[in-house]
Amino acid sequence: MNQPASAARAAPRRSRELSERTLGIVMLAPMLLVLVLVIGYPLVDSFWLSLHRVNLASPEQGQPFVGLSNYLYAFNQPDFWYSIQRTIYFTVLSVALELVLGITFAVLLNERFRGNLGARLAMIFPWALLTVSNGVLWAWILNPTYGVANALLVQAGVLSGPKSWLSDTFWTMNVIILADAWKTVPNMTLLLLAGLQPISADLYEAAEVDGATRWQKFTRITLPLLRPVILVAIALRTIGAFKVFDIIYVLTGNGGPANSTKVIAFYDYDQAFHYLFFGYGAAISWLITAFMLVMIVIYIRLLRSDV
Amino acid sequence: MVMHRGNLLSPALRWALLLVYLVFTLLPLVWLFLSTIQTQASLLTLPVQIIPSEITWQNYSDIFKPAAFGENSGTSTFLLAIRNSVIVSLGTTAVAMVFGTLAAYAFARFNFPRKRTLLLIVLGSQLLPAISLIIPLFRMFKNAGLLDSLVALILAYSTFSMPFVVWIMAGYFQSVPLELEEAARIDGASRFQSFMRVSLPLAAPGLAATAIFTLLNAWDEFFFALIFTSTYSAKTVPVALAEFIGRHNVNWGLLVTGGFIASLPPIILSLAFYRYIVSGLSAGGIKG
Repeated sequence: MNQPASAARAAPRRSRELSERTLGIVMLAPMLLVLVLVIGYPLVDSFWLSLHRVNLASPEQGQPFVGLSNYLYAFNQPDFWYSIQRTIYFTVLSVALELVLGITFAVLLNERFRGNLGARLAMIFPWALLTVSNGVLWAWILNPTYGVANALLVQAGVLSGPKSWLSDTFWTMNVIILADAWKTVPNMTLLLLAGLQPISADLYEAAEVDGATRWQKFTRITLPLLRPVILVAIALRTIGAFKVFDIIYVLTGNGGPANSTKVIAFYDYDQAFHYLFFGYGAAISWLITAFMLVMIVIYIRLLRSDV
Repeated sequence: MVMHRGNLLSPALRWALLLVYLVFTLLPLVWLFLSTIQTQASLLTLPVQIIPSEITWQNYSDIFKPAAFGENSGTSTFLLAIRNSVIVSLGTTAVAMVFGTLAAYAFARFNFPRKRTLLLIVLGSQLLPAISLIIPLFRMFKNAGLLDSLVALILAYSTFSMPFVVWIMAGYFQSVPLELEEAARIDGASRFQSFMRVSLPLAAPGLAATAIFTLLNAWDEFFFALIFTSTYSAKTVPVALAEFIGRHNVNWGLLVTGGFIASLPPIILSLAFYRYIVSGLSAGGIKG
């Protein structure tokens, strides 16, 4: 009996829902199309490449299917494992250094003192400096003959003579870690500072009433409450450090000396764009991608449990 | 309320740390700037001078001369690189902001299956390193005849800029009260009109912050530009600088000046929009 009336009521609602759905699709589509074109398809193509022998230098050989042999080849290459080892060295030391400096500076900037805003603004300079300019800056500072680093260290008596920082298999990686950290510490500091700000002053006051020292307040209140933010920051910076390439390219040009700074991204770049082994290069890049996806999932999990 | 925020440091330690912090943060940059206002001869004086004996702004005009970067094609290669960087950065930002904002609104306001999964995939793809995509993208651009073009760079930069815009703006739209849009729709506005006239203007601060971040990331990008460009019809500033440093007889005065000038736009923008930068960085949604 009521049927016609309710159908009449339902009709406009359904058409509106339909148009909402259409509008939603129309608004999503351009973004999805672009990302499928520049991320989705390339990831698939890269996987296809990794299963074939593709050498741009000798196209006459065709592109034969080789199964997993590109991957197996990588696992048998000492150079591949060495680049992994150098990447881990870079990542662990960078993230550790950034974390120590980041927490120190975040605690400092969270204090109340005159000129606090000015001090915070200072962080903008290293952060906003171009990555390549940062490389130029440190190449100049570390120049063996005219660099200010040697001049100051020799004058202070730390060094007996000038050192060739960027042609020493031990020091090159370590000064690159320092140069990279100099630019990324502001990132870390701001992340941690944002985590410090919501910690209630009442907690510290209560601890003071109980006679806690400053160090105890830091270790028993600040660090535990900051833990989720620290984990997020570590995950994010690990993702960042693992793909390091730019500063190594600018400071060494070839991942040298003696491959000591040839991290995995550099090794892959070398194989693909120097030797033109596209199939093998794609296999390496898929190994990197797989590791990154694991890190990204960890990061997203941490981010969601944090907020 | 924050009577003594933290108060973890004794005054002496605080001042000591502040000194360390300021030296660490600013001294390398002061050195960079001091090196730009000297002649090559004075830079190559031994022992190294801490305070330059003579100040000159010559590098700032020499860097724009046609032969400054070695190749003399009659036009200033540094200017060409700046032009390319400007076009690519603005182009990337425009594309990412338009497409990304539309998608972000759809994520914030519409329900569709697997929405959450899709949003997380978008966030994840923003964190993918260039090395994951650079080989297949090179092949794609080569086949399409797009190598050494600004279009290729804008497409490549979409891989990180567009997901970033979607991620940040979706959060922003969710914070815009739904009631305001509903009111507009009762007054007869369509869904799209209420988006354009209500949500978009309310999200203006978020749009500005996101656009600045996108701009800075595109301006800074090096790896894609290194691989996809080969002449000054597309080479960007970072590529020009990296090539310069690779040459044998490096003119350090020009090199540091180039590096300094290239960093001025991001430094000025970041100082001007400090608040946005801080909120963006604190959200953790930054590549790097």
